[in-house]
Amino acid sequence: MTVETAETKSLSIGDIRSAIESGSRNAVAVTEGCFHQIEARDPQIHAYLSTNRDRALEQAARIDDLAAKGEALPVLAGVPVGIKDVLTIEGLPATAGSKILEGYRAPYTATAVTKLEAAGAIVLGKLNCDEFAMGSSNENSAYGPVHNPHALDRVPGGSSGGSAAAVAAGMAVATLGTDTGGSIRQPASFCGVVGILPTYGRVSRYGLIAFASSLDRIGPFTTSVRDAATVLGVIAGHDPLDATSSPLPVPDYTADLDKGVSGLKLGVPSEYFAEGLDPEVRAAIERNIEQLRAAGATIEPISLPHTRYAIPTYYLIATAEASANLARFDGVRYGFRAKDSDTLSAMYRRSRDLGFGAEVKRRIMLGTYALSAGYYDAYYKKAQQVRRLLAEDFLKAFTKVDAILTPTAPTPAFKLGEKVDDPVSMYLADIYTVTASLAGICGLSVPCGKSQEGLPIGLQILGKHFDEATTLRVAQTVETLQQ
Amino acid sequence: MSESGTVAVEDVRRVAELANLELTTEEESRMLRDLNAILGHVSQLSELDTSAIVPMAQVSDVIGDGQTTTVLRPDEVRPSLSRESVMVCAPETDGSFFKVPKVIER
Repeated sequence: MTVETAETKSLSIGDIRSAIESGSRNAVAVTEGCFHQIEARDPQIHAYLSTNRDRALEQAARIDDLAAKGEALPVLAGVPVGIKDVLTIEGLPATAGSKILEGYRAPYTATAVTKLEAAGAIVLGKLNCDEFAMGSSNENSAYGPVHNPHALDRVPGGSSGGSAAAVAAGMAVATLGTDTGGSIRQPASFCGVVGILPTYGRVSRYGLIAFASSLDRIGPFTTSVRDAATVLGVIAGHDPLDATSSPLPVPDYTADLDKGVSGLKLGVPSEYFAEGLDPEVRAAIERNIEQLRAAGATIEPISLPHTRYAIPTYYLIATAEASANLARFDGVRYGFRAKDSDTLSAMYRRSRDLGFGAEVKRRIMLGTYALSAGYYDAYYKKAQQVRRLLAEDFLKAFTKVDAILTPTAPTPAFKLGEKVDDPVSMYLADIYTVTASLAGICGLSVPCGKSQEGLPIGLQILGKHFDEATTLRVAQTVETLQQ
Repeated sequence: MSESGTVAVEDVRRVAELANLELTTEEESRMLRDLNAILGHVSQLSELDTSAIVPMAQVSDVIGDGQTTTVLRPDEVRPSLSRESVMVCAPETDGSFFKVPKVIER
């Protein structure tokens, strides 16, 4: 048996499946190759919170048995994947990056993971993230930060920092992350990989430890647009266990990838190119826009006039929902309980105080404040009203254009520690991503260049509700133009 | 709001109690600083007149007919997780119930 190492990084989903089918590789060797890569690189990167080699190798051996019998292989046969630690897998840890869930083992499996495994994927382990997915740098993980594989002194982005870094460092071929305000797209941008935010309702949230239920979404990270489209096709679809999951049929997201951009109208919103945008990011985005124009797209200047209100709107709605969702962590049914409390009330308070980190407490406090008597109308209801204005900005724009192009983040990856003491400045890292989160539309980040220091830059492509196919088609063109 | 968008330490204590959080004195002062910084940033929403705008609670509120994401399932009894698999996650249990510190004072 040959063990593969860094070579795994360049393997696509299609390569793996056809190599296993033809017998030139086997799934066990591909899986071992990823574990070798994890052993070599993860001590510096810290993307994985837990791995499960025996379980993974059993899954791989089953794929090899299928191949040996000449049976048809499922679409993700032998593809090594990692799962953000906010998604549950029966019998495995699910910490959500928090001390309050240390030692917890989930009694059930998230639908998105069930679908990956049913399609033949090999689950290597669970990936580091900001605590309860609250953060933009992965520095809020109770288990220590993730380091960006492109520059170890820089953040990988957050909250799905482990999911982005694992793919960027060849420690998985695909990963799942979650995105509430930018937590897939921003780390994808910082780590130089593809990350998809599917339309709200496209992927079941069953088994996702909830942060903000009207915003939370699950999506894939991969090194290529085609692989991302393939994984999205596997995890998308209606699930009776999530009442907000859509019954709309799931198209073949790879079908139109090579159609090019000729005839497409692509909007460029002036509000996303204002003050605060790093000049190198601006230059990379503008260069890609010109290349898309040269490739046949019509570029239309557009306006999304309420954009500047998106961050405050997002931080009121997300924290209000979080304060309700995180009320369940009380030391009674699962997770951490503070010892030696005399009363039930003291036990709740002490368990939560010792179990939650500073950012989670800050958001619970802000959300509780925004929902409390006397402030509900001024903050929470106001934010929901502005949310509609932000959504309508997009609905209007999409009557004129097929997709929208923006930077994913205002800067390349910043340094570890740079923003930890300033919550508002950290929140502004999400300035270009929270709008699509609030509107419920789909989007993705695709690598579109590098800074002079060699840090990746991502182009964000936003699409209409349930029109992932168009965003992927544009992204495939962008990817091709980089070569 | 006591003043436009400013909270006082009493507000921090009241909200901590509502949220079942027990903050140390050090955490209280940091929370006061951070909440005021965030609420200062949030106050720009008051520039917008939203009196005629219906609040948007869910994405399905803005998605057209035929694409609605909210689907009710039939109300049928279905198998759920076993008691055993749930109780094994609990910090303290007698196997049938969750055990907690005394609730009622006598």
